[in-house]
Amino acid sequence: MDLGALFYDLFFDYTLRTVALGSAVLGIVSGALGAYAVLRKQSLLGDAMSHAALPGIAIAFLLTGSKASLVLILGAAIAGWIGTLFIMSIVRLTRIKFDSALGLVLSVFFGFGLVLLTIIQKMPNANQAGLDKFLFGQAAALLERDVITMSILGSIAIITMMVFWKEFKLLSFDPDFGATLGFPMRLLDILLTTLIVLAIVLGLQTVGVVLMSAMIVAPAAAARQWTDRLGTMVFLSSIFGALAGIVGALLSSSIQRLPTGPTIVLCISAIVIVSLFFAPRRGLVWNWIRVRRNRGRLHIEAILEDLYSLASAHDNPEHAHSIAVLRLMSSGKGGVDKSLKTLEEQGYVRSVNSDQWALTKAGVEQAQNLMKIREGNN
Amino acid sequence: MHLDKVGSLNKGDLDMSENAIEVEDLTVAYQEKPVLWDIDLTVPEGVLMAIVGPNGAGKTTLIKAILNLVKTAAGQIKIYGKTSSDQKRLVGYVPQRGSVDWDFPTSVKDVVMMGRYGALGWIRRPGKEEQKMALSALDKVGMLQYAERQISQLSGGQQQRVFLARALVQDAQVYLMDEPFQGVDATTERAIVSLLQELRKSGKTVVVVHHDLQTVPEYFDWTALLNVRLIASGPVQEVFTEENLRLTYGGRVSFLKHNGENGVSNIGQRTG
Repeated sequence: MDLGALFYDLFFDYTLRTVALGSAVLGIVSGALGAYAVLRKQSLLGDAMSHAALPGIAIAFLLTGSKASLVLILGAAIAGWIGTLFIMSIVRLTRIKFDSALGLVLSVFFGFGLVLLTIIQKMPNANQAGLDKFLFGQAAALLERDVITMSILGSIAIITMMVFWKEFKLLSFDPDFGATLGFPMRLLDILLTTLIVLAIVLGLQTVGVVLMSAMIVAPAAAARQWTDRLGTMVFLSSIFGALAGIVGALLSSSIQRLPTGPTIVLCISAIVIVSLFFAPRRGLVWNWIRVRRNRGRLHIEAILEDLYSLASAHDNPEHAHSIAVLRLMSSGKGGVDKSLKTLEEQGYVRSVNSDQWALTKAGVEQAQNLMKIREGNN
Repeated sequence: MHLDKVGSLNKGDLDMSENAIEVEDLTVAYQEKPVLWDIDLTVPEGVLMAIVGPNGAGKTTLIKAILNLVKTAAGQIKIYGKTSSDQKRLVGYVPQRGSVDWDFPTSVKDVVMMGRYGALGWIRRPGKEEQKMALSALDKVGMLQYAERQISQLSGGQQQRVFLARALVQDAQVYLMDEPFQGVDATTERAIVSLLQELRKSGKTVVVVHHDLQTVPEYFDWTALLNVRLIASGPVQEVFTEENLRLTYGGRVSFLKHNGENGVSNIGQRTG
């Protein structure tokens, strides 16, 4: 595949342009609202919502006979909403816990959706073909009017989110406090949940019900790694979502028989993995370096204190001791020589002869300081 | 730490002759078990009150009921003579530190500014004015240098002080605080106490869920002893007696001995 040609097609080929635009919209909306789902620990709710949307799509088609995306999206949204409502009610009214309620609703709705889909497939009607693309998504099937529908609904979701920014932040961080301030937190909760449902159903046609929840969770999880600010996180999450959407959709529509949903999910997974490992401060690699550095520093400090406690047995605090003793005191952990070298560079110790080391005046002071700090902490 | 007035408050809303909080026949039940039973409690204006009682006594629930955060089975709650939903602007709340996720992506200053959201109303965003108030409140709790920090980098005591600062910018008349001393070191505890006493001196009413019985007479001038029912409430020197404590804590304070002037000692966290 020629990259230059692909880029050319991206702007001038109708199908590719439509696919890319649709996927970008899907990524932006699910990324932005997914940030809230993740921060409110509702990641799995997104999974239940998207699975629960399937029967809604089938019923919307059965009732109207239409495959217009607005009709199907509406059906999906209503079913997703009812599923969420069921989960909330089960948790509130019974002793069943959230995770079980989630699994219950997810499988019942999804199973029902599959049954309906099978029935539709068997109907003597040429129009039914293509509903099964909602399982794994099919970007190539996106039409311009689908993208327009997605864009309008997506814009409504994003604008609503920005208008109620402060209120949604309060809801996500400390809903009880928000209630004491006089905000109707339940209403805000319903509004935000509706927006999340909307974000999910927008992507169903492209990504499919099975994997759509990844588009809610993954961009937000990746974005959280890079920033400590809500605004930046929402923005980054949208960018990541859009990027994964576009790349995934383009790949799947230029390579035969590559299902869109899984391809997009692989793309966003790559972004998540990179973020988990390499993001500054939160990334695992960075963490690992920090732990190493700390360990080295602690080892050096321990050597300094060992020398000090050895020397305090003598009248002269700068009394020299054998490196073998220090090795014994650091209980088998290696690196004594290396730590001594570092200390020598810092001017805290000096070697008397090849294996005898002594504290310098500065070293004595430093050791005393360290021990004082340690006592202060206890 | 000193306290001067943050912003202004419409004193016309307050009738000075009234009590800050009046609770009448309050009963709260989760499922079938009553958590609070027939509570009648009056909190006069300008007191610094400790709510004490054993675990499961309903201390947090009482505060949440006053704030209208839990469903009540029966009873009436008045704040300066009106229901608490009419008096939102008058009430400041410091929830338990553990009630929020401290890994939330936001800064100390942003959290404190949330205290102004109520006054801002719908949609309007906090601006320069709110920032100034937040910084001044952070200064009062000794956290000014942490204003731009991400909240996950704070220690327990610092988190507690951030919540206090958030309540301060509310510029409320009545403060309800759920265990503001939980998990803070001695220095922070003293700082918080003097802040609470400043609040009281400036005419505010402060109600605090408290665990350390030993410090009740020292920190507070008013107390309510609670164990599902209200055992007693009133000035500390009148109601904080061995007899009432025994009624509140049951057999568990049989080791209570008269010791020193407070009459209570060696209870400490054990009863918490």
